[in-house]
Amino acid sequence: MRWLSFADRNAKEILRDPLNLAFGLGFPIVLILLLTAIQANVPVPIFEIAHLTPGITVFGLSFMTLFSATVIAKDRGSSLLQRLYTTPLTAKDFIIGYTFPILPIAMAQSIICYIAALVLGLDLTVNILYAVLFLIPAELLFIALGLLCGSVLTDKQVGGICGALLTNLAAWLSGTWFDLELVGGAFRKIAYALPFVHAVEMERAVLAGKLADIFPHLWWVLGYTAITMIAAVLLFLRQMKKQ
Amino acid sequence: MDAIRIDSLTKKYKDVTAVDNLSLTVKQGELFSLLGVNGAGKTTTIKMLSCLTTPTSGNAFLNGKSIISNTCDVKSIIAVSPQETAVAPGLSVMENLELMCGVHGIGKDRRTGKIAELTELLGLDTVLKKKAGKLSGGWQRRLSIAMALISEPQILFLDEPTLGLDVLARSDLWDIIRSLKGKVTIILTTHYMEEAEALSDRIAIMKDGRLLVCATAGEIKAMANTDSFEEAFVRIVKGATK
Repeated sequence: MRWLSFADRNAKEILRDPLNLAFGLGFPIVLILLLTAIQANVPVPIFEIAHLTPGITVFGLSFMTLFSATVIAKDRGSSLLQRLYTTPLTAKDFIIGYTFPILPIAMAQSIICYIAALVLGLDLTVNILYAVLFLIPAELLFIALGLLCGSVLTDKQVGGICGALLTNLAAWLSGTWFDLELVGGAFRKIAYALPFVHAVEMERAVLAGKLADIFPHLWWVLGYTAITMIAAVLLFLRQMKKQ
Repeated sequence: MDAIRIDSLTKKYKDVTAVDNLSLTVKQGELFSLLGVNGAGKTTTIKMLSCLTTPTSGNAFLNGKSIISNTCDVKSIIAVSPQETAVAPGLSVMENLELMCGVHGIGKDRRTGKIAELTELLGLDTVLKKKAGKLSGGWQRRLSIAMALISEPQILFLDEPTLGLDVLARSDLWDIIRSLKGKVTIILTTHYMEEAEALSDRIAIMKDGRLLVCATAGEIKAMANTDSFEEAFVRIVKGATK
């Protein structure tokens, strides 16, 4: 269980950064509050709390990618990884150690989002519990993206690619902020070829208690998660060899 | 048995030969220094010996274990303090030491005693609760060495341990390294001639990946016909160019 010590270290590095807490936990809540306030003044169906919250929980996961990628890229940039590569830790220990501690943080983020939504009027049903559980594949997808980006990018590049590009992609192409049907055309096609909108629509279906409607979105998310995880592991192993 | 036996070790990166047919031995408990100008192949040699890089050809045996076919066994008997300070910046000094205990599988029963012992040896008790990232360069190097020693390695690699430190911090680290002599086999790389001369039992001088000389500081000075070790180093390295 050597990986547990390494995972514990990674969790501490992430949770001790106040910016991580502000963006990872604070920002999604601010968005829910802000958009709900807009909804109260100018009613828009897409910003109704039961429709909005699943989108915010998925969007919030883009920060998990940022956390994961930043820790890995910083470790690669310093000599700490080099030191740890000379210890009995195996490649498996490193991969689990980097991914495992972010999962509970991601789950905590989604739970906090749903608690905020409950305060703002979301009905308390067992579906919220299911929604938190069905978010796990999407959480793994965003964590795998972090492992992938952290394995190939520097910490400065991670800031740009994950902090700016991915968060925008996850926002615009997820159907959280506007109905993708309104844009249509190539934009809609691209959005539906990516996993973000599928993760959001799956979450909306689960929260609404329409479990039959989670398909085919669940397959899209699981497929992307599997492919991304495999690519991330391969790229991590490649950079490990390069060290 | 020799602590380290290097047989024709070579590392090539495309057209560049970083280490060229290196052969030497290091005795148990010896403090052995690798000297050379930038690009001499010192760090690549350490990377190969610590199983970070696979040699292009040749082999090396650390306490009889091959760096090619017994990497797991080699990793269990070595420790590396890399060139740059390799600490987890967001963790306290204590947590950094606990991290290394954990990755080396040192149980909680032994952990407290081990950390207390190293804290005393390296004088870390006053900074134990401070975040590693907030420490000065000298303290970070001490912590880095403590992290390397936590697993009680049989062979310790110190890659430029005093680089960038002020005179006092360097002197303190020299004392610490001296205190380890005889207890653990140490391979030290350094740019500082006086450091190599003051600390080493034997010194190997490398240039362009090749071994130029391997002897005691006194023997090297005699070979170069000078009383100054720095002058001897310059003559040997320049002589190899001609």
